[in-house]
Amino acid sequence: MQLAVWTYEGPPHVGAMRVATAMRGVHYLLHAPQGDTYADLLFTMIERRSARPPVTYTTFQARDLGKDTASLFQSAARDAVERFQPQALLVGASCTAELIQDDPAGLAANMGLSCPVIPLELPSYQRKENWGAAETFYQIVRHLADTSVRPAPREGRRPRVNLLGPAALGFRHRDDVREIRRILDLLGIDVHLVAPLGASPEDIRTIGAADFNIVLYPEIGDEAARWLDKTFAQPAIRTVPIGVGATRAFITEVAALAGVDAALALDDPTSRMPWWSRSVDSTYLTGKRVFIFGDATHAVAAARIAHEELGFTVCGLGCYNREFARDIRAAAKEYGLEPLITDDHLTVEEAIAAAVPELVLGTQMERHIAKRLGVPCAVISAPVHVQDFPARFSPQMGFEGANVIFDTWVHPLVMGLEEHLLTMFRDDFEFSDAAGPSHLHGSAPVHAPSQAKPDLVLAPAGDILIKEEAALVAASDGSVGWTDDAERELRKIPFFVRGKAKRNTEKYANEMGLAAITLDTLYEAKAHYAR
Amino acid sequence: MSPAQALAAAENPRDGGLAVLRERGQREVFCGLTGIVWLHRKMQDAFFLVVGSRTCAHLLQSAAGVMIFAEPRFATAIIEERDLAGLADCHAELDRVVDRLLARRPEIRTLFLVGSCPSEVIKLDLGNAAQRLGAKHLRSETSQGVRILAYSGSGIETTFTEGEDACLTTLVPEMPAEAPGAAPSLVMVGALPDIVEDQFLRLFAELGITHVGVLPSRRAGALPAVGPNTRYLLAQPFLGETARALEDRGAVRIDAPFPFGAEGTAAWLSAAAAAFGIDEMHVNRVIAPGRERAKRALERYRPVLEGKRITFLPDSQLEIPLARFLATELGMIPVEVGTPYLHRAHLAADLARLPAETRISEGQDVERQLDRVRTDRPDLTVCGLGLANPLEAEGLATKWSIELVFSPVHGFDQAGDLAELFARPLRRRDVLRI
Repeated sequence: MQLAVWTYEGPPHVGAMRVATAMRGVHYLLHAPQGDTYADLLFTMIERRSARPPVTYTTFQARDLGKDTASLFQSAARDAVERFQPQALLVGASCTAELIQDDPAGLAANMGLSCPVIPLELPSYQRKENWGAAETFYQIVRHLADTSVRPAPREGRRPRVNLLGPAALGFRHRDDVREIRRILDLLGIDVHLVAPLGASPEDIRTIGAADFNIVLYPEIGDEAARWLDKTFAQPAIRTVPIGVGATRAFITEVAALAGVDAALALDDPTSRMPWWSRSVDSTYLTGKRVFIFGDATHAVAAARIAHEELGFTVCGLGCYNREFARDIRAAAKEYGLEPLITDDHLTVEEAIAAAVPELVLGTQMERHIAKRLGVPCAVISAPVHVQDFPARFSPQMGFEGANVIFDTWVHPLVMGLEEHLLTMFRDDFEFSDAAGPSHLHGSAPVHAPSQAKPDLVLAPAGDILIKEEAALVAASDGSVGWTDDAERELRKIPFFVRGKAKRNTEKYANEMGLAAITLDTLYEAKAHYAR
Repeated sequence: MSPAQALAAAENPRDGGLAVLRERGQREVFCGLTGIVWLHRKMQDAFFLVVGSRTCAHLLQSAAGVMIFAEPRFATAIIEERDLAGLADCHAELDRVVDRLLARRPEIRTLFLVGSCPSEVIKLDLGNAAQRLGAKHLRSETSQGVRILAYSGSGIETTFTEGEDACLTTLVPEMPAEAPGAAPSLVMVGALPDIVEDQFLRLFAELGITHVGVLPSRRAGALPAVGPNTRYLLAQPFLGETARALEDRGAVRIDAPFPFGAEGTAAWLSAAAAAFGIDEMHVNRVIAPGRERAKRALERYRPVLEGKRITFLPDSQLEIPLARFLATELGMIPVEVGTPYLHRAHLAADLARLPAETRISEGQDVERQLDRVRTDRPDLTVCGLGLANPLEAEGLATKWSIELVFSPVHGFDQAGDLAELFARPLRRRDVLRI
């Protein structure tokens, strides 16, 4: 048993729902007890979908067990097909139905339903949401793809590709698809289909007509892409175009495979991120310590952007999906880090606290962890939150995605010039550093109990200061005490680095076995930890 | 129509004139685990450990937006493949998880082991586990001890608020026995927000009812005594099993409509006062100010709500008393009032006050019910979060039912807030020009 307060991934049937909901003309019959319908609200509330997910739940109860759960399943199947007239019916079991072993696949197969039936075997006690999505998409492709469909002769037509992986409840999938379509259009390449997002069973039937595949989200699309490669000899592009460098590599690879000129898309005047990063205001980004956690694909991409494109120092890197741990291990090795592969958010919290980052890039959970620790944060990966479905165009992929990422990651940090001014005038009575940075709302910290509801962790920025002031009075571990002059000096250090200076100095004093922290210790430690 | 539906859709002739449409099909409701979201806030030294699957954990965090809690007093022990190999191992694993949890959270005085669909299906006996673990974590010189109880919040047995019913039912045997010949006492039953609970306790005191306890209590050690001199008053309409357990211990129910709005609250308080033989003049004097305040608050909403047609989809079992409130105090017209389960005895007073032509339905076949909503086209549909946006997209105004469970809505001083919850979606449609 695993003790979980919060989970990064839902059960595998939720992954199947993400695929079914993304598609058109598909219905999913889920053998499940009442209560499992909660999953509908993920789609209608978080993603604000205007239609219910195309899912029928058989809703068996305790009194049905051992009696007629199988006939309940069959009558629900007949009703669903009659009412929704799907082009294909997915059938499967949720965690509870898996235990009663009704064999939805066998039951549905014997019913002579008027549409193709695709059975899903998603082991709930072993696997999780992403795996469920990948397996579902793979089964759909396997069952529906017409293996006699091949690309038309190449002469006299533009190259055609499939975009694989975008699904419902994906992190910015809607906008990524639009940006990638724009790039492909610049290259003169047609998109044959996007799947699962927006594809119908009939579209999937013709999937073999594309020249090659682009796997945008390996967590969902790679399983199907491998089968397509084997069956149709359709090669796949696996470079995920998140970040300027990766987007350029992606364009180059796609152009080579399609036999078109990469320059058509490489010299994109809308790619502003390289100049934004080189401009002098960004100097202060150099060496900022950043902790990265998310799904493997987004985490690896974020680490590369942080390291190569923003000049950050990656001080922690991890993912929650074990299936892709190898990618994280390889990347962590590059940055000389121990990879963090876990789905226990308490472990992640400990790792973040220990790494003392200046910026956290993570999921919604890391956003809350960072808030508690008083560290700025930007969200880079699912699991998603209503905030991750902005009304505006806000991709992660392509050049526009890189522009968005620059803004999203840099805005939570103190801006360069502002940091400089804070340091210069920190003793000015009108420019007290207790005023806090102007970009974090709560301009003047209220030194009074927070107005936020007690169960919300959404403390105003001011609280961070209060906490830190309180921590200053009592030396945190109580191991080494501060002399008065050292403590006075510590207060002169700008608040946004004060916590780090304090921790480093105490760590240094501990390691040196010092009895007290003096003015000298403070500056010795500063020299010791200087970058 | 499938045979199961045909069986269930017939009107039951035994309902003494009350025609109830019974349906059986897909239910768009939460399971009983969801009650943990408010129960753990109410019982401040209790922890709820769900023994279930990843789905259970995902439900709790999705239903509650749980990621906002620092470290909530609930968690899920997720059953994994190897736990299914043998029940002995499963119990050993559970012991390990509980030991770790209690070591980490020493302030916990009551631990609820909460059964789920998977734990019920594999017949994991949590009652037994609670006894075993309770003996192990008894009060000792070094520890204050933890009371360990078990109940089921599984979807195969409970719907949404029935989880609270199951939880409170396990607390009843833990209530101390009242002393022989004890003075008559009152127990108010059902989790209410603290602020509402305190309002009611003040009113009971003013009425002159001196011995008043509440179930659940905020602290595990503060459970009220129960016995033949105990009268209990339900504050929530979904507590059938809890009521039965209280009656097994000799307590007697005070029959009353539920305390929503000016009239519901007045009748509820008056019923309690009558059971304690309190002078009617005094009762009227005590409740008059609150009742008048509530009426004034409601008058503001009458122009928006009067004459508007409303349908409730089944959710929390609050549907009948809320429809009664909207009909008799604000002039709304209930079209269909759906409830997951209809407790006729407990709801008799509210049912009697509903307009005769109201369609009452019990259980659910969500597709057929939505067909009726599309035909009826009510001005407002009260439904769960999974259905709200899709209905809005079809041009039907909706009210999320979950807010009715999570917000303070009982009593005189919340009457206006309760009306506001129904008025806001309608007002919003009037103000938007987009």
